[in-house]
Amino acid sequence: MTAASPVSAAPKVETPLKRFVVGFLDSRVAMLGLVLLALVVFSALLAPWIAPQDPYDLSKLDIMSGMLPPGSADMDGNVFWLGSDEQGRDLLSAILYGLRTSLLVGFSSTAIALAIGLVIGMVAAYAGGGTDATIMRLVDIQLSFPAILIALILLAVLGKGVDKVIVALAAVQWAYYARTVRSAALVERRKEYVEAAQCLALPKGRIVLRHLLPNCLPPLIVVATVQVAHAITLEATLSFLGVGVPVTEPSLGMLIASGFDYMLSGEFWVSVFPGLALLITIVSINLVGDQMRDVLNPRLQH
Amino acid sequence: MTRQEPVLEVEDLRTHFFTRGGVAKAVDGVSFTLNRGEILGLVGESGSGKSVTGMSILGLIDPPGRIVGGAVRYRGEDLVKAGEKRLRQLRGNRIAMIFQDPMMTLNPVLSVETQMVETVLAHDKVSRQQARERAREALVRVGIPSPDERLAAYPHQFSGGMRQRVAIAIALLHQPDVIIADEPTTALDVTIQAQILFEVQKLCRETGTALVWITHDLAVVSGLADRIAVMYAGRVVETGTTVEVIDGARHPYTHGLLGSVPSRNRRGEPLSQIPGMTPSLLNLPEGCAFRPRCQRATEICLAVPPLSDGGHGWRCFHPEGAAA
Amino acid sequence: MLVFLIRRLAQSAIVIAVMSVLVFAGIFAIGNPIDVLISPEADEIERAAAIARLGLDRPMHEQFLSFAGNALSGDLGTSFVHGVPAIGLVLERFPATLELALLAMIIAVVIGIPLGIWAGLKPDSAAGRIIMAGSILGFSLPTFWVGMLLIMAFAVSLGWLPASGRGATVDVFGVPFSFLTLNGLKHMFLPALNLALFKVSLVIRLARAGTREVALQDYVRFARAKGLSPARIVGVHILKNIMIPVVTVLGLEFGSVIAFSVVTESVFAWPGMGKLLIDSILLLDRPVVVAYLLVTVLLFIVINLVVDLLYSLLDPRIRLGGAKA
Repeated sequence: MTAASPVSAAPKVETPLKRFVVGFLDSRVAMLGLVLLALVVFSALLAPWIAPQDPYDLSKLDIMSGMLPPGSADMDGNVFWLGSDEQGRDLLSAILYGLRTSLLVGFSSTAIALAIGLVIGMVAAYAGGGTDATIMRLVDIQLSFPAILIALILLAVLGKGVDKVIVALAAVQWAYYARTVRSAALVERRKEYVEAAQCLALPKGRIVLRHLLPNCLPPLIVVATVQVAHAITLEATLSFLGVGVPVTEPSLGMLIASGFDYMLSGEFWVSVFPGLALLITIVSINLVGDQMRDVLNPRLQH
Repeated sequence: MTRQEPVLEVEDLRTHFFTRGGVAKAVDGVSFTLNRGEILGLVGESGSGKSVTGMSILGLIDPPGRIVGGAVRYRGEDLVKAGEKRLRQLRGNRIAMIFQDPMMTLNPVLSVETQMVETVLAHDKVSRQQARERAREALVRVGIPSPDERLAAYPHQFSGGMRQRVAIAIALLHQPDVIIADEPTTALDVTIQAQILFEVQKLCRETGTALVWITHDLAVVSGLADRIAVMYAGRVVETGTTVEVIDGARHPYTHGLLGSVPSRNRRGEPLSQIPGMTPSLLNLPEGCAFRPRCQRATEICLAVPPLSDGGHGWRCFHPEGAAA
Repeated sequence: MLVFLIRRLAQSAIVIAVMSVLVFAGIFAIGNPIDVLISPEADEIERAAAIARLGLDRPMHEQFLSFAGNALSGDLGTSFVHGVPAIGLVLERFPATLELALLAMIIAVVIGIPLGIWAGLKPDSAAGRIIMAGSILGFSLPTFWVGMLLIMAFAVSLGWLPASGRGATVDVFGVPFSFLTLNGLKHMFLPALNLALFKVSLVIRLARAGTREVALQDYVRFARAKGLSPARIVGVHILKNIMIPVVTVLGLEFGSVIAFSVVTESVFAWPGMGKLLIDSILLLDRPVVVAYLLVTVLLFIVINLVVDLLYSLLDPRIRLGGAKA
């Protein structure tokens, strides 16, 4: 293939975006994932408006409506579609608000880790030599330890809190991106268009930003999608273990944990429904991620 | 040559592949017979269906491919109708196969001994020790030095030529009646190729094994085969003794093939080239598949030409050497 | 071979050195080290005495050297809660975690490989699709939630298996193990299954991808042309090839199984070192946390070494030491 000059860019060229959209429309499973994900994100965003109750407002809670099974109503006629917990909190509302915390942690930690990893990976790829070797050695060591362990230790040092969980998860994840960016950038760097840009004596920063970066994005997007799901699971697990978010801002993991004791006495709903919400969120992200990998991976194109 | 009971008879074999893009008629009416100890050269370019023919004989066609018609008779028994169990008894035992790329045909994680012994044990109830002894003898027969050491080795420790010798040794383990060799020398150096050719010919003559030598290289088979069948787009377009086909080719495609092979007799003359490209099996031209590339084609070629009768047969309405 | 081992051990030593610096920096430098080393209930006089005794008034590098020296001699401090050496506490809990992790690995292989091969041989069949859907689900299900569901189903509703604890143990060379008694095995089964879940999905994916690739290879067709039975082709020719990536990945994942046992052990109240870690974190028993970390790092290094050795055993093409045939 000859390198097409930007001037003669044919209008018929299949852009990655177009291929992406077509690929998605082709797969029913991926569409299902996308629709589910949209549903999850919107219900989390709109929680204050669609939730029947503000689960954080303690004055609204009535201990008399505690541990109601799903579908039952309290004495005031409020229906608890998914039941209530021991404090009389409506579980549906708690799940919607919990989803907000979970998604906030998942997306923001991923975004931060992505930014850090991008910069470090680019530096490693572009600097090469000793800098590169040192950075990659560090990445290797970090990646040889399970994320959950590192996050646990960090939180043991940092303490509880939504912000701290985000910091810990970002610290756990950056290495994935750094490695992905570096390998993508190294491949791109050897390509002719970068050499051409270098021959034109374009400034280094411009080459990196305008030429290298956009071409490194596809693999990053794939990794990031999967990592969001991973981060949400990790947060839930950490909160379950009692080192994650505080009781005042319960995430899905926290809700599940608080229902654990009731589960043994047969009051399943306090744990099971938040778990299902978590499962739907993660499955939908994974489905979308799987499809993205197929669409964006040029090796799988036939 | 006296007329004998054929060991293998392929009659109107049809193997089609039912792909999403349509039905690919990879083999569409192939017939030939093979006598005891005879060497048949099955010639054609890639995509002509020659390899699929070889695999069909042993019933090794996987979905979406399927044998949809015809017969493969081994000593009179139709293998197309035979069950998987019966086919398994014959494979590697009475009818053996050698593949093209010796780098790929031996399992990289199993020792040569394992791969040879398992072949013996698959068909004969002998002890491991006896099986190993037979494997050793087979290696000696194909000219592999220090066979005991070699048995313990793994495929990556062999050169390409040596690996193909091992594959041939495996094919010879049960002294089969037929060996189907699918381009076994294509991936090898020319000097190794000549050695292997010579030895396979010798071994077949010694043991009376019949050989189907599948190749795209007319020059190779002309020195090796007793008879030649030329395939084009799933059909045999010309068949006869080597002399008949090489010196008296009638089908324009065979002619084209011969013209594109450098030869001593025509030194200095330009090599001719068959115009056009092999048609896609999903979209074959109507009638004679060679029609779009053939200079002699006329209206009548829109029908499929029958294979002419006699020892030397061809599938053409306008054979070379006849009035156009 | 010897050269390979020596080189690997040297690399490992470097990793341990780096890790001990990181642990030192992480636990000792962030936050006040005195909080780490003596009980929060200690009064002022005790604090001052401890600071002098531990040399916390000395410069940083001297402190690190004494930490490293103590660590080398196996002294990682005393647990605030239990009042015994932290390292002993961790090691005492180690067998429970080890047997749980090993059983989980066995379950992952026993379930994952056949399902993965099946899905790989018949990728378009209904069974193949169901297996793959199941593996996506397995990746998505949060471990702790599945653990709870398992307890609800098999312990609470059906009452077949116990929900928590380790059950009866038998001492082997003075170390208690559960897997040797029926009661212990019953206690082990649910947590091990829970721990295995994620790895089952992983093994299915690896086995399926491997099978799909290997089944198309000429050597599999050649094996069929030799007249071998399907059982031998799948069980020897295909299995041995796909075992290479599976064993490598599983070996490397063994560390993560040990780490994830933190979650499973908490759900099932399994008295292993994962549960100990969580308890210690929640109780601010930091010497135990440090001891756990260093034991785990050592464990990971051993695992990586074993995986490399196994790898060369399975694949004759790999020459240890990098020499090429």
